[in-house]
Amino acid sequence: MNTPGKDVDKRERIVRRIARELRDGFYVNLGIGMPTLIANHVPAGIEVVLQSENGMLGIGPYPVEGEEDADLINAGKETVSEMAGTSYFSSADSFAMIRGAHIDLSVLGAMEVDESGSLANWMIPGKMVKGMGGAMDLVAGARRVVVAMEHTTREGAPKILKKCTLPLTGVNVVDTIVTEMAYIRVTERGLVLEEVAPGLTAEDVQRATEARLVVSERWKVMGG
Amino acid sequence: MNKVVASADDAIRDVGDGAVIMIGGFGLCGIPENLIRALVRKGSKNLTTISNNVGVDGLGNGLLLAAGQIVHHIGTYVGENKLLEQMVLAGKIKLDLVPQGTFAERIRAAGAGIPAFFTPTGVGTIVAEGKETREFEGLTYLMERGLPADFAFVKAWKGDRMGNLTYRKTARNFNPVMATAAKVTIAEVEHLVEAGELDADSIHTPSVYVKRIFRGELYERRIERRTVRRVGG
Repeated sequence: MNTPGKDVDKRERIVRRIARELRDGFYVNLGIGMPTLIANHVPAGIEVVLQSENGMLGIGPYPVEGEEDADLINAGKETVSEMAGTSYFSSADSFAMIRGAHIDLSVLGAMEVDESGSLANWMIPGKMVKGMGGAMDLVAGARRVVVAMEHTTREGAPKILKKCTLPLTGVNVVDTIVTEMAYIRVTERGLVLEEVAPGLTAEDVQRATEARLVVSERWKVMGG
Repeated sequence: MNKVVASADDAIRDVGDGAVIMIGGFGLCGIPENLIRALVRKGSKNLTTISNNVGVDGLGNGLLLAAGQIVHHIGTYVGENKLLEQMVLAGKIKLDLVPQGTFAERIRAAGAGIPAFFTPTGVGTIVAEGKETREFEGLTYLMERGLPADFAFVKAWKGDRMGNLTYRKTARNFNPVMATAAKVTIAEVEHLVEAGELDADSIHTPSVYVKRIFRGELYERRIERRTVRRVGG
């Protein structure tokens, strides 16, 4: 089935919804791509510190043209700027921080997620392996792991499965899945559908999902 | 004591064929670009490189790759190298991919006299294949080994003639940890100063780790992805 809206709209909905998970004082690692956009939607009145696994706390916005600094990049190798209170550290310290559960929230994309909270996002057998970078450490170490992804593949095939088929990034590590269709929590009784995008029903979401969804008694319309 | 050498070429005089070399940097940020260029000039072969990335095609460690000097690479992400892809598929290079935190900690462990350690990263994935696991407080951990090298090439912002180093912003990345984990650590710096000129409280790599130091001849300081915002935006 077709999911509603264009790609840009889908991403905007996902990003805005995840931004509402941010709390004052959170230290957050945002993955490359769509998760990075969450930084543009931090709710007013709260302060979050963005961590970059290449050794920085306090990522600021992209620099003004002419102020790009080759020594100041994020994990996506994009030029960024400092915030008041920024600090720098080595990669070993950075991953000690991640592995040691000092990062409140890690948001990253996925190719597949399953009902046990395992995810796959780094390798497709038969295609060139690019490497896992820091993803395996982030999902193993962050206090809470949120997957930001489109609900289905471009061809409309489900990405939320009974069991992942691709090589895993982590086992039983995902806490929450946010797509343009739904907000889903991974629990001991399975995947709980807590929010459904405007204009859709729980049945619509289930039809686009291979894993069985448990519809929360308190389910509501997903806000942005 | 004087660890200062005249040039990058002098600094790598004994880097022979088959050497295992750690190279600092994240992408093109904080790479020892003068040492890499010198190693291409020297032409040492059958190298094993340990670095987060292999630069990009034609830049950074990509120069060593293009020159056919690398036979084995250990790193975490190689998505920017079409050439590497071709070489891996053609069986011309061996590639070991390691989770980035495990990679950093393996290097740290090697420099700190720790032969192995247990980590939660990669448990239940293909990274765990063939590795020992153990339970601690009901959770499963994977044993990973320290990762040492013959040489470490690191780049710092400032250094003194004793080998004390200070890095700048995110150009620090893997440089300080790699500086601890090789038999011979060679540092190139943008500014070479006298002992005592660096603030002793702001030294990131203490001199004990550094065997040779020199001022880099040329810094291209290439930016991989130039992203800017509009003024007022």
